[in-house]
Amino acid sequence: MAVTGAILVLFLVGHMVGNLKTFAGPEAFNGYALWLREVGYPLVPKRGLLTLVEVVLVAAVVLHIWSAVALYRRAAAARPVRYATRRRSQAGGYVVHIMRWGGVTIALFVVYHLLDLTFGVANPAGGAATPYTRMIEGFSRWYVTLFYAVAVIMVGLHLRHGLWSAFQTLGLARGRQGLRVFAALLSAVLVLGFLSVPFAIMIGVVK
Amino acid sequence: MNLTLKIWRQHSPDEPGQMVKYHVKDVSPDMSFLEMLDVLNEGLILAGDDPVAFDHDCREGICGMCGMVINGVAHGEQKATTTCQLHMRHFKDGDVVTIEPWRAAPFPVIKDLVVDRSAFDRIIQAGGFVSVPAGAAPDAHAVPVPKGDADDAFDAATCIGCGACVAACPNGSASLFTGAKITHLGSLPQGRPERASRAKTMVEQMDLEGFGGCTNTGECTAVCPKGISLDVIARMNADFLKASR
Repeated sequence: MAVTGAILVLFLVGHMVGNLKTFAGPEAFNGYALWLREVGYPLVPKRGLLTLVEVVLVAAVVLHIWSAVALYRRAAAARPVRYATRRRSQAGGYVVHIMRWGGVTIALFVVYHLLDLTFGVANPAGGAATPYTRMIEGFSRWYVTLFYAVAVIMVGLHLRHGLWSAFQTLGLARGRQGLRVFAALLSAVLVLGFLSVPFAIMIGVVK
Repeated sequence: MNLTLKIWRQHSPDEPGQMVKYHVKDVSPDMSFLEMLDVLNEGLILAGDDPVAFDHDCREGICGMCGMVINGVAHGEQKATTTCQLHMRHFKDGDVVTIEPWRAAPFPVIKDLVVDRSAFDRIIQAGGFVSVPAGAAPDAHAVPVPKGDADDAFDAATCIGCGACVAACPNGSASLFTGAKITHLGSLPQGRPERASRAKTMVEQMDLEGFGGCTNTGECTAVCPKGISLDVIARMNADFLKASR
């Protein structure tokens, strides 16, 4: 859970910074997309590093979900008889409510997100258009923007616990109260960074 | 005050149990929760019924025997309080109070509200000790212990092993208990040589008993009558990883 989560967080940071290229204009954004495919060429084949990253990410996502399912099954086995009273959370209930269902929401969103912007199947401009056009067209539909915003906020809430929890699981969190603040801050920065692009498209700053 | 109680009644480990409704009259606000149950039981015995079985011993909040889930919260909603130290002044006349045993597969119900917590004993037997004969209490200055380490060890050693952490955990994990014992022993010079191997054997025993995995929800520390910190779980994980390398 912690190790795969850490890989995904590093990816999210890179992804968010890459998204901010939007504000540098279509050429810069499309150029960045192209660079991702050609980085290291001719030392490594075209798409070489990108494919490597993709493989690592898919493996991380699969193992992350596998860990979550394993934890869920262990939890179910550890409490075969449930409480008659609805168990009231004494720790705010944040983790209990956000992590598992939030994770499912994020997984569903990632599937749509890839179909929309990576493969272009669910995109009005189609897969042949430039990445920039696909992004503008994708976010020109209000319901897509809304779904995106909900999913990104869910990611932020997931990370607020997940980041700190990873340090805890790896035994690094002991006595370091600042880690919770760090987790909340990094989550907030990621959410704002990701939301800035569709928001800019919505108010017409980016066309 | 008069209360309506809904209590889990289960005659033996193998028989199915159910929630049964009782009425208790003239409960004094000065009574402890267990004394209120004593009043109920006196009535049941006089009426020729089977009294409600529940664990208790010192009734001073230090032995860890008592423990029940009151209105869905282990040891009731009063923070840092064992069931025996929970007083009836926190309830109102006419309240309906549900009382259930700890719910976890490694804590099978023996009768009514009494569960078998031998799983905790087996976790201790797996490594919760210091192997060398440490003798009688040493002179206070014979082995210097930094203040921070002494505080960590003492805070963790306040764990009374009641099992509320397991009862409250949505995963049914025993990490707070096991972490407390590992921190208690591993922080002091006498326990340090076995620090890593102790964490490994105790965590493995914990998993073997069928407790769930920790997802750091913090429900355990919120109900812990001794307020054991989640830091002990980080310490357990650190020691376990060290032993696994």
